[in-house]
Amino acid sequence: MQTLLFGFGAIVAGVGGIVVLYWVLNKVVEQLPAKWEERLKPYVFIGPPLLLLGVFLLWPAVRTVYLSFFDARAANFVALDNYVRMFTTPRYVESLVNSLIWILIVPALSVALGLFVAVLSDRLKATAEKLVKSIIFMPMAIALVAAGTTFLFIYAWAPPGADQYGMLNAIWTGLGGEPQRWLSIDAARINTILLTLVLVWMQAGFAMVLLSAAIKNVPEDTLEAARVDGATEVQIFFRVVVPQIATTIMVLLTTITIFVLKTFDVVWVTTGGRFGTEFLPVTFFRELVVVRDQGMAATVIVVILVATIPIMVYNVKQYRKQEAMA
Amino acid sequence: MSATTATDVGQDEALEGGKPERVPRSKGRILINALLLALCLFWLVPVIGLLISSFRPRDDVLSTGWWTVFANPLEFTQRVTIENYVEVLEAGMGPAIINSFVIAVPSTVIPILAAAFAAYAFSWMRFPGREVLFIVVIMLLVVPLQVAFVPLLRMFVGMGIQGTFLSIWLAHATFGMPLAVYLLRNYIGSLPREVIESAKVDGASHFQVFWRLILPLSVPALAAFVIFQFLWTWNDFLVATIFLRPRPLTVELVQLVSAFGAEWHLLMAGAFVTMVVPLIVFFTMQRFFVRGMTAGSVKG
Repeated sequence: MQTLLFGFGAIVAGVGGIVVLYWVLNKVVEQLPAKWEERLKPYVFIGPPLLLLGVFLLWPAVRTVYLSFFDARAANFVALDNYVRMFTTPRYVESLVNSLIWILIVPALSVALGLFVAVLSDRLKATAEKLVKSIIFMPMAIALVAAGTTFLFIYAWAPPGADQYGMLNAIWTGLGGEPQRWLSIDAARINTILLTLVLVWMQAGFAMVLLSAAIKNVPEDTLEAARVDGATEVQIFFRVVVPQIATTIMVLLTTITIFVLKTFDVVWVTTGGRFGTEFLPVTFFRELVVVRDQGMAATVIVVILVATIPIMVYNVKQYRKQEAMA
Repeated sequence: MSATTATDVGQDEALEGGKPERVPRSKGRILINALLLALCLFWLVPVIGLLISSFRPRDDVLSTGWWTVFANPLEFTQRVTIENYVEVLEAGMGPAIINSFVIAVPSTVIPILAAAFAAYAFSWMRFPGREVLFIVVIMLLVVPLQVAFVPLLRMFVGMGIQGTFLSIWLAHATFGMPLAVYLLRNYIGSLPREVIESAKVDGASHFQVFWRLILPLSVPALAAFVIFQFLWTWNDFLVATIFLRPRPLTVELVQLVSAFGAEWHLLMAGAFVTMVVPLIVFFTMQRFFVRGMTAGSVKG
């Protein structure tokens, strides 16, 4: 009850505070000579959000890069030691390799499935299309840890001879196999691959929604023209539709890659990174919370950050292109 | 997001006008329907399994697969129990529901107004640094939030607010800000210039234009962001486990999993408790949710 009141108070204080803040700042600026008012007002409008971003994101990010050159307690300068450890210790190398598997599987598979559903459901009746899309989209609303728990049950194991209540083992034994502890099998990275499927399950709907909107934006006359020229539906899809939705596909691949690189919840709640399933975001969490090595945690996240730089550059370029067109 | 409204119209047209020609002959259609049906089942099965298991007694869950209930539906209905839910709620998930709300609601409401002001300035005011600052926002859009964690922890400890709700509101407000500014700028920037200009001719200040014109017109975009941010903060485990002492549902669930490894009847009930609110939000607000997403990225 107390927390509830507290939360309510926070909403009132937060919203009220911001309204008052803007009102006061605005009043102050309005007292200035007109010339100064015009000059300063934009900064009043963008000030509070930029202040938050600067103080709680940008500045800490810079500090993090700096801390990655320090030891566990952030006390002694160790130059590149953390980075050397990162790229030579088997445990971290394994984490890097697993990260590669994650960013190879999840974005591509999510986009492929999303495209598949978007294209095929487009041919259904309106109500059926809506239903299909809602179903595929639904996992997006679920917490990652809840999805992880759900799949933990699907991959569950019971001793041979007992009834397999885990679905994968039920199917597997039904086909004549021995029940397996799936998430402990790191041969061929089977456990990591099984875990990536959880994220695909969640992200395919996201891809589907964006792709579906993009496909519906493809001008009908370009399709007509191709049909008149005698192109088959498949040819039309690959030669006419896909080029026109290429930007959306790129946006999706990049957005999902970024998402994968910061999402540790599924692995954390299922294996905790054991059995060779650790990948970069899990390593970061473990270093920060379990090992309590701040320097190493900073190093891991800097490595992730560096991996996102090409995407950052691409996004800025896209934005520039859009602005030039507008 | 005028692009999105156009999309919506386009959708209806595609449904009624362009469709019949594109529907292939019946054989192909049966194949398509079968494929989609299979995929939908595949997508639903995890949640159905979870839901059924959460209502079965422990012994049943551990002795037979949840799908066997379809073979003996009568037996299942006789043995249905809410005991699992009672147990997880008493084990800590009850108060955690309140904590989840106390995290998610302010973390959603607080950043939105500030983001709207900034989006307005980025769209309709000219000032030195506008371009550069917006590019910084776009770059921050993809920065993994963890990059701020180590210094932020020290900062919050130094400020004496580490572990409190205040620290998590600040963290969520900040991490959600780039997306909020970006989404809202796309929308507010696409409002018709004449509307804003005519208001200015009538002598309205930027502040008045913002309150009387921009905010009411932006309701769809604001709603989209509210849904995003609410789901994100409700479902978040990472930020909560690091910056907050009281436990929200997600953190409770992870505790439950590590405490009761194979007590599936409890884990499934616990997982479902965390999902109820997001699923309600999702199914009632799906339309806004979809619009918000398409507004962000389908632009030209």
